[in-house]
Parts: sequence; structure tokens; C-alpha cells
Amino acid sequence: MARKVTTQRKVIMTAIAWTLGILIFFPILWTFLTSFKSEADAIASPPQFLFFHWTTENYSEVQSRSNYLGHFMNSVIISFGSTLLGLIIAIPAAWAMAFSPTKRTKDVLMWMLSTKMMPPVGALIPIYLMFRNSGLLDSRFGLVIVLTLINLPIIVWMLYTYFKEIPGEILEAARMDGASLAKEIIYVLTPMAVPGIASTLLLNIILAWNEAFWTLNLSASKAAPLTAFIASYSSPEGLFYAKLSAASTMAIAPILILGWFSQKQLVRGLTFGAVK
Amino acid sequence: MGSITLQKVSKVFGEAKVIPSIDLDIKDGEFVVFVGPSGCGKSTLLRLIAGLEDVSGGKIVIDGKDATERAPSERGLAMVFQSYALYPHMSVRNNIAFPLKMAGMDKAEIDKKVADAARVLNLTDYLERKPRQLSGGQRQRVAIGRAIVRQPSAFLFDEPLSNLDAALRVNMRIEISELHQQLKTTMIYVTHDQVEAMTMADKIVVLNKGNIEQVGSPLELYKNPRNLFVAGFIGSPKMNFVKGQTAAQLGAHTIGIRPEHVMLSNESGEWKGRVTVAEHLGSDTFLHIDVDGIGPVTARGGGEFAAKAGDTVYLTPDKTRIHKFNEGGLAI
Repeated sequence: MARKVTTQRKVIMTAIAWTLGILIFFPILWTFLTSFKSEADAIASPPQFLFFHWTTENYSEVQSRSNYLGHFMNSVIISFGSTLLGLIIAIPAAWAMAFSPTKRTKDVLMWMLSTKMMPPVGALIPIYLMFRNSGLLDSRFGLVIVLTLINLPIIVWMLYTYFKEIPGEILEAARMDGASLAKEIIYVLTPMAVPGIASTLLLNIILAWNEAFWTLNLSASKAAPLTAFIASYSSPEGLFYAKLSAASTMAIAPILILGWFSQKQLVRGLTFGAVK
Repeated sequence: MGSITLQKVSKVFGEAKVIPSIDLDIKDGEFVVFVGPSGCGKSTLLRLIAGLEDVSGGKIVIDGKDATERAPSERGLAMVFQSYALYPHMSVRNNIAFPLKMAGMDKAEIDKKVADAARVLNLTDYLERKPRQLSGGQRQRVAIGRAIVRQPSAFLFDEPLSNLDAALRVNMRIEISELHQQLKTTMIYVTHDQVEAMTMADKIVVLNKGNIEQVGSPLELYKNPRNLFVAGFIGSPKMNFVKGQTAAQLGAHTIGIRPEHVMLSNESGEWKGRVTVAEHLGSDTFLHIDVDGIGPVTARGGGEFAAKAGDTVYLTPDKTRIHKFNEGGLAI
């Protein structure tokens, strides 16, 4: 018998859900509103919510002071590049773990995940030195490599859970039908795992897009993505809340739009394996 | 060509010896059925032949050549899986064409072969559909189609009918037998269903705990089971086993008598018993009888044999059809 849900209960739950939703959304909304204020209005006390002098001057100011499009392109190249490279490495890895597991497979998975438990700053100095010595500092290629590596455990884990759902007999059938390992992965496994691969792709693009620690530390100007573009407005020279907000809004807008259009895939990706 | 020879083939999973050591000869064109209870190693044996599992010891020879170390794709065998294992993202046409594409055949020839296979299997109207749009029987046919297009040296079937409903299973059984007569290709068929084994096989291999209990034609196994296991496994309903005095009188530790070799009567007979359950199938009547001094015995009567639970009936075993076994369970 289904549980009886009273109207009162529904009202309370709805109110809580909305409150939480607004609470989470509020910083983004506030950033968005602030980006249309003058610098004076931005720091006014008490803060003004909607009734201030709306202006777009921050956007034109930001546009003229820095090369948004350049940073945007860097972000696109770094996030898409690292995700695609990660997938190319992770698909065979996840295949091996899902369909040809050994006694140590679980340990390998755990070990991969454990690398995400260490604070990244712990590895900053060696990686920085390696980058400096090999001339990878402030290069898109270098950032693609480092973001691929830091997101690889998540990509492998996600793909592994998806692949586990694919019946092994289908891959065996491909083997019996004369498919080599590469053909089995390209023609049979990958097409069947498309929804899973798409979710993994989206989530990792978002993670790579938002990644700030490595991108800020390993880039200066040439390869600097949007995270560095935002950071450049929080300088000690003075308060630039409005401009900082405008820059932030411009930096998060593309990924928000991408996320909006792919909500369904993302939710499936994030909750995959949670309920069966 | 499609002869397969197993020489001292064994398989160990960790600590478990699934197949201790098996020797078996399968001749070209034979329909061989591996039958046995679940967990007897029959599917493992098939997968070893296919190359989907590596042997732990021994040799697998296909068409006179040692194939033990060869990859599944290089053994020239085709397999039909229990779950059909169709490629869900491909149309029926592409499913059937897949092995040909993998073999690098040119498109015109692939189209022709797919069309031929589809015609044989009545799939012509479904070529553009996806597997999920097909019924169980149609999916099974696609799986068979995918196996036959390549003209393999042998077909391997892994419990292919166990996901189908009873009526369809009988039809597919006949279709597979017809296919074998048409193609005359070696077929190895794994099942736990002794009816499938009896009806389809040229040669039955009865497996138990990874060992071959007996190899022979269906009627050989039915008439001369080598031991208690085969005697109990082949035949439906199961052979009755009687121990003790009754057996000792005939010079055996255990005697076996099939339900169809016990004559039933309402008036007189050698044994007297009380019906516990009566199953009226129309064509036959199966009576489960508690026989005085012997225990439960199943007997087959004609479809019209009138008896219900609680009735007293008389049984007379056909003396010429009694199987005798010694203490070790071997036939005497």
C-alpha cells in the first residue's frame, strides 16, 4: 500500500524544497544582479536587491579590459580536450575492469579513487617543476594533460559502473563473430554505452570547466582559461565587485547553458547505480 | 568439416575443479547434446570449446588442428547464446551481417548472404527492425541467423530455448533439427532438459560434476544406462529405483524400472499400492503410488486409466525391462 501523503505534509515539503533551491541558487542570482550594478551600488549597505540603477557598463568594461573570447576558447579547448583524451584512455581501462576483472580490480579502482582524496596542493610543487622543466607551463597542452589526469579516476569509475550493466554475453557474441578486441570496443561496446559515455562526457566537461586550482597555478596568460579571467578581477588594487560579477557571469554562462540542455543526461549520470 | 576432439581437457576456477579431465570425440556433421543438471560443467565445456574460457589443461583439436591457444574468432565456430546476445543497437540486418563484416566480406556478397539467411529463418520482413521490437522466438531466429551466415565448421548452442515459452520451445526444437538436416554441420547443443537431448541428438553426452557419465545415442542411453545417474537422468518421468529385498531377490543392490514399464491394473498384480497423486494428461496418466513394502513408485497408465488419489491399484513390472545396479551404482 502506498504511503498516504497529507496535503499539509506536501506543503511543508514543497516549502523546504523551494527554500533550499533558492538558497543554493542565491549566490548565482546575486552575482548576476551585481554584474548590472555600478561599483558603488555593489557595495552599498544595506544591499539593494532590484531597485538600483541597471547598467551594462561592467560588461563593456570587462570586454575592453580583457580578452574574454581568448579565455573562453582556452576553457573550451582545455575542458573538451581533457575530457576526450580521458575517455580514450578510460574506455579500454573500464572495459578491462568490467569484463575481465581480476582479484585486484577492486583494489585498483579504490586506489584510483584514493588519488582524489589527497589535497591537490600536495602535488603542486613536483608537478609545477615538471611543467617548468618540460616547458609546459602556460600551455593549453599542459593543462589538457593535467586535467585529464586529475579527472581520469572519475571517468573510469563512471564508465565502469555503466559497463557493468552491459551483459558480457553480447561482447562474447562479438568475439565469436570474429571481432578483434578493438572492433569489439568500437562496434559493440561503445554504441551500447552511448548514454553512459554521454553523461560521463558532460559531467567531466563541467568539472574541467570549473577546475580552478591547477589552471590558476599552471597558466599565466596565453593558456589561461575563464577561471583565470575571473580571478584577474579579484585583485588587491581595489574593489571591483561589479566587474568581478560580470566576469563571473560571463564565465559560468556557457556551462550553465550546456548543463541546462543536458539536465536529463546529467541527472542520470550522477545518480547512476544508486537505484536499481 | 567440423570434427572436434577434446584430449584430457580440464578447467579449474580458483580452488574449484569444474572439469577434472574430459576426453571426447565429435565427428563431422554430428548433433551432439551435452546434458546434465545445473552446475555439471556442461556450459563451461562449451565455452572451453568456443575459446571464451581458457583450458587449465589438455588439448582441443578442431578439424585436425590444435586450437587450444587460438582466440574464439579464429576457431571457425559460431555460437547461439541463452540470452540471444543480439546487438541491441543494430538492426536485424546488421546483426546478421556483423560476422561477415568482421570477416571483411564485400557488401554485395554480405547482402546476398543476409537475404538468404533471412529467407531460411522467415525474417525477411523484419530485417530493418531492432532486436527489442521482436518477439522471443524471432530474436532466437536472428541469433541463429547470425550463426549460420558465416558457414562455420560447427555451431555451439548454449541452452538456446530456455527463455522461450513451452509451445515455442517445441517449434524451435523442430526448426533447429531441420536446420541440422539441411546444413549437415556439426552442432553442439547444451541443455539441462533431457527431452531436448532425447529428441534432437545423434549423440548425447551426459555430464555430472564435470565428468562424462555416459556417451551414446538417445536410445542407447535409454535402454542401457551405464549407472544410476544416467538411469535417473534420462527418461521422463524418472526411473523408479527400488532397493532392499526386492532388489536382492534379483541379485542386485538396486533395481530400476521406468514408469512406462510398469503395468497397471485395478484387479491384480505383483505389487499392491495406494495412489497418492494421479496426473491425468489425456494421452497418459501418471500415478504416484505408495507400494506396500517398497515405497513410492511412479507408473504410467493409458490416458483413460481411471484412478484417483486413495485408490488401491496393482502393479506388475516388466521383468525384461528391469535395470540392475551394484552397490557402486554401476549397471550389472
